Amino acid sequence: MIPLSYYLTLSAVVFLTGLVGVLIRRNIIIILLSVELMLNATNINFVAFSQYFHNINGQVFVFFALTVAAAEVAVGLAIVIALYRAKSTINVDEFQLLKW
Amino acid sequence: MEHLFFFYFALIIAAASVLVVALHNPIYSALALLIMFFHVAGLYVTLHAEFLAAVQIIVYAGAILVLYLFVVMLLNLKHDDRYHRQWPIAACVGTALVVEAIILTLLKGRTTSPLPSNQGTAVEGLGNTESLGDVLYSTYLFPFEVASLLLLVAMIGAIVLAKKDIGGEATQQP
Repeated sequence: MIPLSYYLTLSAVVFLTGLVGVLIRRNIIIILLSVELMLNATNINFVAFSQYFHNINGQVFVFFALTVAAAEVAVGLAIVIALYRAKSTINVDEFQLLKW
Repeated sequence: MEHLFFFYFALIIAAASVLVVALHNPIYSALALLIMFFHVAGLYVTLHAEFLAAVQIIVYAGAILVLYLFVVMLLNLKHDDRYHRQWPIAACVGTALVVEAIILTLLKGRTTSPLPSNQGTAVEGLGNTESLGDVLYSTYLFPFEVASLLLLVAMIGAIVLAKKDIGGEATQQP
């Protein structure tokens, strides 16, 4: 039996990788991919706890997280396309419409 | 044997997620994310969540990642991007969080939390898919319906956002 802390460590590593990706990258598509990394890290946590506490509710929550991830990707990529159409770039530093 | 599988999956997941962030070409990043999704699915199988493993491959690798690849290829990026200029702050935050995680992991031995008793929702005799469906369609029926509404709203929102001419010339290129 693998200790629960191993799963938590793996999940923390993946989550931190995603967080660093959101903070340091300027390509908006890579930022969205990093958000996916973070969602997957939380899903690993949910499934590991679900297995160790013998409670199926954690897996149901992964289901809902997956639904939200799908919706987020659809809307996020639509926004990326609209932004690219308006500014011809996907560098987040160029999007300064609200800054003055 | 169990440990061997776990360390294999964990190593590939960690390496692929680092590659997602570090690679410069967005297509390579998306493909690294694909590898990561497959190995997360393998990890789910070792955790006896077979249905979620299948859903992970179908939804994440099959739908979400294809959407990403479509958009990456549609936008046809020429210039390579550099890192954000805030990366020293990101490095500081990341290092602090890593240190905290390591400390918490090392402290794990002296905080032994008792396992709570089964809440009655774990159906041991059934398979994973059956017990999941049992809970999903009884306890979580209302959130399930709300999730379908959420997907509908996301679909309509994506169509409206990506449509070419919303309100005449309002979104035309200046």
